[in-house]
Amino acid sequence: MDDVCSAPYKQADTMLDNLTQRLSKVVKTLRGQARLTEDNIQDALREVRMALLEADVALPVVKDLIARIKEKAVGQEVIGSLTPGQALVGVVHDELKALMGGAHTGLDLSAQPPAVVLMAGLQGAGKTTTTGKLGKLLRDRMRKKVLAVSADVYRPAAIEQLRTVAGQAGIDFFPSTADQKPVDIARKALEYARTHYYDVVLLDTAGRLAIDEAMMAEIKDLHAAVKPVETLFVVDAMLGQDAVNTARAFNEALPLTGVVLTKLDGDSRGGAALSVRHVTGKPLKFAGVGEKLSGLEEFHPERMASRILGMGDILGLVEEARRGVDEDKARDFAKKLKTGKGFDLNDFKEQIAQMRKMGGLSSMMDKLPAQFAQMAGQIQGGAEEKQIGRIEGIINSMTPAERSKPEILKASRKRRIATGAGVSVQEVNRLLKQFEQTQKVMKQFSKGGMQKMMRGLKGMMPGLPR
Amino acid sequence: MFGFLKKSPKSEVEGSQAASEAMPAAVEAATTTARPSWGERLKAGLSRTRQQFGGGLASLFGRRKIDEDLLEELESTLLMADCGVEATQHLIDELRKRWKRDRLETADQLQEALAESLTDILLPLEQPLEVSGHSPFIIMIAGVNGSGKTTSIGKLAKHFQAQGKSVLLAAGDTFRAAAREQLQTWGERNGVTVIAQDSGDSAAVIFDAVNAAKARGIDIVLADTAGRLPTQLHLMEEIAKVKRVIGKADAGAPHEVLLVLDANIGQNALAQVKAFDASIGVTGLVLTKLDGTAKGGVVAAIARQSPKPLRFIGVGEGIDDLQPFRTREFVDAVFARSPGTGADTPAE
Repeated sequence: MDDVCSAPYKQADTMLDNLTQRLSKVVKTLRGQARLTEDNIQDALREVRMALLEADVALPVVKDLIARIKEKAVGQEVIGSLTPGQALVGVVHDELKALMGGAHTGLDLSAQPPAVVLMAGLQGAGKTTTTGKLGKLLRDRMRKKVLAVSADVYRPAAIEQLRTVAGQAGIDFFPSTADQKPVDIARKALEYARTHYYDVVLLDTAGRLAIDEAMMAEIKDLHAAVKPVETLFVVDAMLGQDAVNTARAFNEALPLTGVVLTKLDGDSRGGAALSVRHVTGKPLKFAGVGEKLSGLEEFHPERMASRILGMGDILGLVEEARRGVDEDKARDFAKKLKTGKGFDLNDFKEQIAQMRKMGGLSSMMDKLPAQFAQMAGQIQGGAEEKQIGRIEGIINSMTPAERSKPEILKASRKRRIATGAGVSVQEVNRLLKQFEQTQKVMKQFSKGGMQKMMRGLKGMMPGLPR
Repeated sequence: MFGFLKKSPKSEVEGSQAASEAMPAAVEAATTTARPSWGERLKAGLSRTRQQFGGGLASLFGRRKIDEDLLEELESTLLMADCGVEATQHLIDELRKRWKRDRLETADQLQEALAESLTDILLPLEQPLEVSGHSPFIIMIAGVNGSGKTTSIGKLAKHFQAQGKSVLLAAGDTFRAAAREQLQTWGERNGVTVIAQDSGDSAAVIFDAVNAAKARGIDIVLADTAGRLPTQLHLMEEIAKVKRVIGKADAGAPHEVLLVLDANIGQNALAQVKAFDASIGVTGLVLTKLDGTAKGGVVAAIARQSPKPLRFIGVGEGIDDLQPFRTREFVDAVFARSPGTGADTPAE
């Protein structure tokens, strides 16, 4: 079983990791040179080129990027403590960032309501799921009244799918049927939205090939009929070289206002991001991650560039933590921290639950800089999550009294708990020991001394190698 | 690859236009006998693209002398077709060897050599699916989200029905909204039994379906599963469980584990093959969405780095546009065509 779950995890060497590894190799070969020259960066550039190609960045984009990197890099002094490799990596980073566009641009919904958002893309790109995710985001974080409507009259049960997704996202759904014309559906939905004071209408469409003239004409008509303020091109992050052609065709047919990159959690061969951005020139507005409807993140080009270079998406982690953590509970927890008393198994469990909310350890690790992730990689991703589940199970098998006063746990209680959680008594003991260590850390923390806390941290994270 | 296998609206006006207009129409189109043969449609598609793009490979080859520039342009073309760095390098190295060894002179000869090398790589993948060994023959379908699993199941069902087999579908995608309805709608239209449950997990639905198929003497069971990304470990474990449960319903089953790959996906397809193989032991591949501008060169990468029998390829929305993979046809199609974006000079 261990093989089964760990193998795919190792498989998931992301494009980004890949690039990072390759570039670190580049860094090594360039050691000890005082200046970047055409000669000494030749090999390094070839590595960069291969890495980008393996990451599915389209060839024309790669060529362009390499040319620009070369132009900027050649002649650059290697200043101060920098190594030539680091200097080159700096140039690559800047160029990647430039290519992916400046700072994050959100949705512009400042139109006379209802503001229409049109979703377009290939089959299987993830339009319907993204519509649901976007609806939830608009509703939860921007407090908008959202209406979702499907103009996909082709694929069986596509409308049904949006109905379900909209229900899950907590947004309203405008019913349509497969015998209606897409334009009629859109008009009716718009009329309904106008009379019922909706802020935003999300118009989902059928997947279509860019070369399918009839279908492209249809979406052009749709666009003309509803005059959307945002026309989002939904694109699979795993797309290959063809991303350029597809993106170009959609961009020519429709006045796109932005791009949504889906399935970015997959293994982030995010190469398509570069290609699409390069071809359309339109901002990447969102990134879809995970199966949950909350899995839509704002796309931050500078973070993506950092991630490519192994600097880690620390900002993303912080933001996720902020969203995932319940503030009231966090305040309670902080109080307990200060006193150093009263940190019991309930809190311990709470902590674990919070950690889960942030997308689990493996999702957090994804965002860590490469060197940390490598360290953390010693703990198997799958085994780790499992371990957390077991700990929760053990704590759930305790009575409230036991949870608040773990010291009353003696042999017979432990036996009962172990049976209840389906684990061995040793595992219960191990958990209690971990908990004690955590408690100790908390006390140290309350006495001040962040350093002590860091030293004690190892005991806090279940499963960390000791 | 090289913008391979595009459907030609000209040659099959009725069929493909109807198909692009509506799914029901596509189903009807499939039943019309007046449709041109697969080979004809392939060829017709090719001629259209040749006109459209002109240049491309055709201009690359021709009477031109072989030189390093030509090889580099060829390298770019292969990379653009999603062949991947490794397979491309292999093909180019082969060509370079043969250029010297066989004293090739014109670019035409080089093209011939390339076609042969490609055929050599792909031939081991040509292993048509043999379904007569067991009854019911149980086929499990897996793949990432949006790769075309459910649609392929519809086409496969039609394919087997055409061979006179009875088919039963198991709506094992219990996760995605309305996936079950999608399969049921399809089943109703085509008179195929679909086993589904209102809730419950995928393994249970498929277990029931296998038992139903045994009771009814069905020849082939097609078991759908929910799309999942290989990085979602819990879902990869779940699908391993689905496979184990199928084995409990019928020892030795599933007899075929098909991984559905979207031809638009780049080198990630390789990672998908490896990951799914590790958890459920993939025995065959289906490559979908080769129409459009997809190039499918990733097949070469798969053949080099993680070979699995390529059972079917899909070149269109029509229900009989999913066909067994044949290397020669594929390679012929590749070389009758030209790259989509022309050959610009390589980097550096």
